[in-house]
Amino acid sequence: MLEELGAQIWDKSRVVLIMDHYVPEQDDDSRRIVRIAREWAVEQKLPHVYDSQGICHVVLPQKGHLKPGMFCVGGDSHSPTGGALGTYMFGVGSTEMLGVVVTGQIWVRVPQTYLMRWHHRLQTGVTAKDMMLHMIGKFGMNGGEYQAVEFGGEAVQALSMQERMTMSNMSAEMGSQVGLIAPDEVTRAWLATTGAQDVHVEGWHTDEGADAVIHDFDAATLVPQVAAPHSPANTRAVGEFQNTPIQVAYIGACTGAKLDDLRAAAQVLKGHQLPSGVRLMVAPASLHDQAQAESEGVMQSLREAGAEVLPTSCGACSGYGGSIPDGANVIATTARNFKGRMGSATAQVYLASPYTVAASAIRGFITDPREVLA
Amino acid sequence: MSAIHKVWKLGADIDTDQLAPGAYMKLGIHDIAKHCLEGVRPEFAAQVKVGDVLAAGPNFGIGSSREQAADALVKLGVKAVIAPSYGGLYFRNAFNLGLLLLTCKQASSLEEGEAISLDLKQWAVVRTNGQRLACDPIPDFLLAMVEAGGLLPQLKQRLQSERDSS
Repeated sequence: MLEELGAQIWDKSRVVLIMDHYVPEQDDDSRRIVRIAREWAVEQKLPHVYDSQGICHVVLPQKGHLKPGMFCVGGDSHSPTGGALGTYMFGVGSTEMLGVVVTGQIWVRVPQTYLMRWHHRLQTGVTAKDMMLHMIGKFGMNGGEYQAVEFGGEAVQALSMQERMTMSNMSAEMGSQVGLIAPDEVTRAWLATTGAQDVHVEGWHTDEGADAVIHDFDAATLVPQVAAPHSPANTRAVGEFQNTPIQVAYIGACTGAKLDDLRAAAQVLKGHQLPSGVRLMVAPASLHDQAQAESEGVMQSLREAGAEVLPTSCGACSGYGGSIPDGANVIATTARNFKGRMGSATAQVYLASPYTVAASAIRGFITDPREVLA
Repeated sequence: MSAIHKVWKLGADIDTDQLAPGAYMKLGIHDIAKHCLEGVRPEFAAQVKVGDVLAAGPNFGIGSSREQAADALVKLGVKAVIAPSYGGLYFRNAFNLGLLLLTCKQASSLEEGEAISLDLKQWAVVRTNGQRLACDPIPDFLLAMVEAGGLLPQLKQRLQSERDSS
């Protein structure tokens, strides 16, 4: 397209290319798509290319490309994940991405701010995923109205960086343009591990008394949440689903297979065995997270419980790969349970946190993880 | 006299997987278009005519950033979508690909198969009985992009004129 336009890349140092959706290549079409990307990277001599290293939303910050106060676009709807670092980042389609690659420019309507304030602390076994499912259930899939959502309050400040990423990631399911979290010491400490240079966390927060629509929540009373088929907004407390049998548990995706997600799953699974008739598939979100999980014994706990470890990529979450059987009840750590998304139109997909997915896997039916963790 | 368009009526929350199902995403846009909306209107892709419009409920195009969900409608010749609200990414993609989206609070009052015209000066959907359904105005630069056929043709023109003037 650049040739057809007679254009050059505006600034190669500001372009990051990540191959994650169609890897590993399973057929001729995906081989062709990935080959085009690889050849283009070589031809353009792009300085920042990550091929089959993991999912872009996790790899991009882990390689130190995101910092507080940056303005970024990504070619995927979960690009608001960058908001966890205080980066104003959102997804665009491939045509609009080409426009940015050529001009370095894009239009944005100045958004309204929706401030979600979470007071007090989460209980053990309750996660950022549960907070998001609760909010999406409350406001609906377009409740964010493509405005800027900010997550704040004591419970959010207490979250690890990867848990914050889960929140910002799923602001996409709330229909917001971005899901921002004010950078702080957690941000600074995490960025220091990525090699990002020249990081400034100060000043990137909403002013006191700024014009914002404010919603208040009590983290202490939140229980694990489950979204029933076929919408992330179809959310209720886990207790309302007890005795729902499951045949497949899936721990994967940028939303739910980062290091902290794998650790949570292992905490539940350690010392347990999957019952017969239940498959547990784990597709770590990045090679970096998988290696760290391996060194901590997390991967071993998962395997010993009977989990199958799949390649690190978008995999079954995006319906581009994996093998979700027809008619199965599936519980997944992913972000979306639209009908047919994971590849089978007859599968019933439930969404939940890594704790809840792991607890459900070892019981064979949807289970409140606090029963297992207790 | 503005052109007459036939209405295809759809419900709320038509997501990008319904417009461009994931299972066909590896195919080219013309093949994806053949499966557009097959889950809710199996006859749509085969029967839609150039110039037809869609009248949908709230949250049209929510879901993924895949722009094939907008391009499929362009390739099928759909002139415009009329709905009370849109997924934010879809709104961007549609204009980038030259698909007109009209935000109209009363979209649900339109009926299947009825003939309408579009008033893009006064921003209204006009019914044959003369009734006018108000739409939100679209900024000039976005309307210009749709009229140019999308971001790429517009960018091409811009780059060409920059080369010509340099």
